[in-house]
Amino acid sequence: MMNHIDISSVLRQTLACDLYSNLVTRPTGAAVRGQIEVLLGETAERALTIIDFSQVSMIDFSCADEVVAKLLIRYADDTRPHDAYFLFRGVSEHHWDAIEAVLERHGLALALEQDDGVQLMGVLSDDERRAWDATYRLGKVDANDLAAEIQMSVGVAQETLDVLAQRRLVMCADGEYVAIGRNNG
Amino acid sequence: MTTVITVPPSLDDHSFEQVLEQLAPLAADEKILVDARHTRWSSPYGLTALLTLAQTRAERPTLAVPELEDTASYWARAAFFQHAETVYDLRGSYPKRREAGESQVLLEITPITKSNDVHDIVSRVQSKAQQIIKTELKLESKAIVGFAMTLSEVCQNIIEHANRGGWVAVQSYRWTKRLGRRVVVIAVCDAGLGFRQSLETAPGHVPSTRWDDAAALEEAVIKGVSRFRERGRGQGLAGARNYVGRWNGKLSVRSGTARISIVPNWDEDLPLEEGLSPFPGAQVQVIIPEAVGEAAER
Repeated sequence: MMNHIDISSVLRQTLACDLYSNLVTRPTGAAVRGQIEVLLGETAERALTIIDFSQVSMIDFSCADEVVAKLLIRYADDTRPHDAYFLFRGVSEHHWDAIEAVLERHGLALALEQDDGVQLMGVLSDDERRAWDATYRLGKVDANDLAAEIQMSVGVAQETLDVLAQRRLVMCADGEYVAIGRNNG
Repeated sequence: MTTVITVPPSLDDHSFEQVLEQLAPLAADEKILVDARHTRWSSPYGLTALLTLAQTRAERPTLAVPELEDTASYWARAAFFQHAETVYDLRGSYPKRREAGESQVLLEITPITKSNDVHDIVSRVQSKAQQIIKTELKLESKAIVGFAMTLSEVCQNIIEHANRGGWVAVQSYRWTKRLGRRVVVIAVCDAGLGFRQSLETAPGHVPSTRWDDAAALEEAVIKGVSRFRERGRGQGLAGARNYVGRWNGKLSVRSGTARISIVPNWDEDLPLEEGLSPFPGAQVQVIIPEAVGEAAER
């Protein structure tokens, strides 16, 4: 199942004001994330959610920390409330400095939809990046497929896929893995 | 008895120290007259710091306004008198109404007391900043976003750490004396806790052997330490520092008896000044200069 959350709509609801399109201040970021979590709670147990920044003018560091970093941290944790995955859309140079800074600060990564496909941004090991790129390219893989594709031992391939799944960058079903953003419609 | 505090003819972050030196020996409840009659010019820092000064006094101070008509008119357009009326008894004549249409004032002096004020401030500055940063400072569009982010973060600093309201002003002008180029300046001043006291409230805070205002500023501005122990905290000033570094700007943060500065190659300021006259709270100034040559694209 796939959901779409327009961050600017959530922002307007949160502030009860149509005038602002900037994601600024920590309290605003915390409130926006809270509203995103409410929306996620209304969806199926496992869902891919597009987090859409297209209509957001800019985001500051504090808000990026609350909206992006804390969201990713919460759902990458074993105590997450739902099996949620995220694909970020509409992230431009107006947002990137702040988002990149918080990803680096927390050692996080996210899947970002761009004109030429989906790319991972943030902090990843070389193995994680190679494994994700191959998974995205192949469509659906298990550890054997991945190991053969990128010349990696099956054990390391399995470990890397599990780490990517824990980080919400690939989905796992019946021992096979699909990269976030692949065939998202 | 009233003590007269003389405001220098040109009031900026450095000359404001002369004001503080005069204040230092006085008790907070001593009556003062801040004499700005002969002041001819003030930076946004000077104006917001004058308002902050009044907030530090237990006895409501008096301010003698600038005698020069042009100066008084400019201060009125920056909304100085409008706010000064709330914290000072004003002496002398000054424009009662703020005239509109001041192109140099990106953001007239604005109080910051709550989080929503920051939304309003960023929205108001954005369109004007876009025009000035692109056409007058000749910086690429990325600089505009970073400017709004920096403004937001330094304003939030007041709400999160000062425990009382502060003031912000943003202006653009040609800085003939120091630089010979146009600049955009953000000044944010508060009379709140200050960095040292704020960091001391952090859970498990253990002061270093050399724990003073300068050490607190180094922790907050250079190391990105916050009184909140969450990992994502302390990024605001670090972001502001990166921003001024990228665009060859200057960041100065004064708190208590110290000032720390990120000094660009066009300035000769000291990176760290200690033993200044005490002043409560924190006072932040960001200067972004007009680009020359390759600096326009980063």
